Amino acid sequence: MRPLTPRRIAWVCAGLFGVLFVAGVISLRLGAYPISVRDIVTTLFQGVIGRWDDMPGGLKSIVWEIRLPRIMLGILVGASLSTAGAGFQALLRNPLADPYVLGVSSGAALGAIISLIAAPHAPGAIQLAAFAGAAATIAAVYFLGRRGGQLDSATLLLAGIVAASFLSAIIMFLMTTLSGRDLRGMAFWLMGDLGTISPANPVRWFEALFAVFVIAAGAIYATSSDLNLILTGEQEARHLGVNVNRVKLVVYVAASVLTGLAVSVSGAIGYVGLLVPHLMRMMFGTDYRLLVPTSALGGAILVVLADTLARTIVSPTELPVGAMTAIAGAPVFIYLMRRRVR
Amino acid sequence: MSEIAGDTSPLLPSVMPSPRAPGARLKVEQASFAYAATDRSAPKFTLGPTSFEAQQRELVAILGPNASGKSTLLGLLAGLARPLSGRIEVDGTEVSLLDLRTRAQRIALVQQESELLFPLRVWEYVLQGRYPYGRRLRFESSEDCLLAGNALAQVGADALRDRWMDQLSGGEKQRVILARALAQQPSLLLLDEPTQHLDIGGKVELLRRLRKLADDSRYTVLVVTHELNLAAEFCDRIVLLHKGKCLRVGTPAEVYERELLEEVFEAPLEVEMRASGRPRVIARGNY
Repeated sequence: MRPLTPRRIAWVCAGLFGVLFVAGVISLRLGAYPISVRDIVTTLFQGVIGRWDDMPGGLKSIVWEIRLPRIMLGILVGASLSTAGAGFQALLRNPLADPYVLGVSSGAALGAIISLIAAPHAPGAIQLAAFAGAAATIAAVYFLGRRGGQLDSATLLLAGIVAASFLSAIIMFLMTTLSGRDLRGMAFWLMGDLGTISPANPVRWFEALFAVFVIAAGAIYATSSDLNLILTGEQEARHLGVNVNRVKLVVYVAASVLTGLAVSVSGAIGYVGLLVPHLMRMMFGTDYRLLVPTSALGGAILVVLADTLARTIVSPTELPVGAMTAIAGAPVFIYLMRRRVR
Repeated sequence: MSEIAGDTSPLLPSVMPSPRAPGARLKVEQASFAYAATDRSAPKFTLGPTSFEAQQRELVAILGPNASGKSTLLGLLAGLARPLSGRIEVDGTEVSLLDLRTRAQRIALVQQESELLFPLRVWEYVLQGRYPYGRRLRFESSEDCLLAGNALAQVGADALRDRWMDQLSGGEKQRVILARALAQQPSLLLLDEPTQHLDIGGKVELLRRLRKLADDSRYTVLVVTHELNLAAEFCDRIVLLHKGKCLRVGTPAEVYERELLEEVFEAPLEVEMRASGRPRVIARGNY
């Protein structure tokens, strides 16, 4: 009997932080203009101590203005989607739940597009609308996914797939009829892309987004003991003293916030929320107290690496990062589904 | 576990630290319940006013045919629903007024468990029984591990500790589920048809174990079952339900009357009184 200790969580997370750092360095290094590790370290160090004038202009622009923001965005999006996926899997008691598969990402994308049409310049409106779209979609999928008052796994997934294609069709309709406006490309909203966002004040912008991420992911983490019990059965969790309805509400809101956050800045990147929590379960077990932080870090690593591949594999052209995650994620989804059916 | 508990002895004490003194006294007073009792729709199913008591060290069986209200009654006792009328008290406190965690510290309910979504080790499962004693984001203490280990020992499932839950046989799983309930250190133990998927050997062993828990560890145990003869053999008291009515409460000898049982179970039956003073029910063929 070796129960989970905070020390073990700290060690595992420190290890994953190391991997994330290495992934970040690899991503900084590779691209249309390869940079040596030595130059990366020097440029980063000079930036950190504020000696901007000492570094060559080209390096400064590529490292600090192009690649690093994109890596930070990848970290934010990957961590958000994976934490949301782990949350949805517990909330719906379904190992195949994922913001993309359930159509929640499409709902968030639709919300974001509507806000871009209706109020293109209101600060934070796009994030708020994406959250509303995500929350409305998961509520609809939840109710459509029930059969005889019980949440049915297959019906739930069908409801999600139908919702995703329905919402994608509306997105295409809006994008086509409103093509004159600056709504980013269709591929951005349907597949996900990290290369299109360029905020006016990136530091403040990242700070705000990371703050929202920390609050929402923290809310899910705070319920992780309860989620462990809910995963073994809602009825049993109730007998053991879990306030199941309150926990579900917290996870529902927080996972919708995380999905809205990710989609509003990167479009609908698929399968990250499915792939990462499963990988982490295989590696570190099913305990949510460990699974939530490892999923966040694992998601960050996956998206940073996937985006690096996406922008180097067919260089100088770029693939949307969602294409990379779908190539990896779809087979895993099918594998998990078949294993479950058996 | 011993390394965590700081306990060097490989043999764990087989007795749980005693549940809170003086143990549970369950009092059910004219408790009734109705499903779907909205203003407009007629109640789908009701449990008529039911009264009985159970003391510390007593093993009580709730008997009755399917849809007689057994599980409804058990749900009320567990505090999952409020009785429509009447009172259910454990040690003088009304069950439905207890907050969730306090209730889980006093009452453990063992039901047919749901399918596990992800694999779980036996010891992880049993440690879940310690949940009501922790704060929000809790990590299990060495005391929790000790208590979970004791609970496993108490049901004779020590050897299963590191096995996966989905690789256990029906009887083994039943014991582990019981161990999780014991890890809650309840004073009142409720079991909903625990014998359902067990063979005769498993059934006898389970009832024996429940009897021992009541006798040695001072639990008050209530068990819903279809096993008339096992209930007669092991239980102190029988609550007989039929179509949502509580027909009779008493010792097996008082409740097991041929006419009564025949009416309730709608089958030709014989009731034999054995030398031990406990009755035995035999199904009669119609020829």
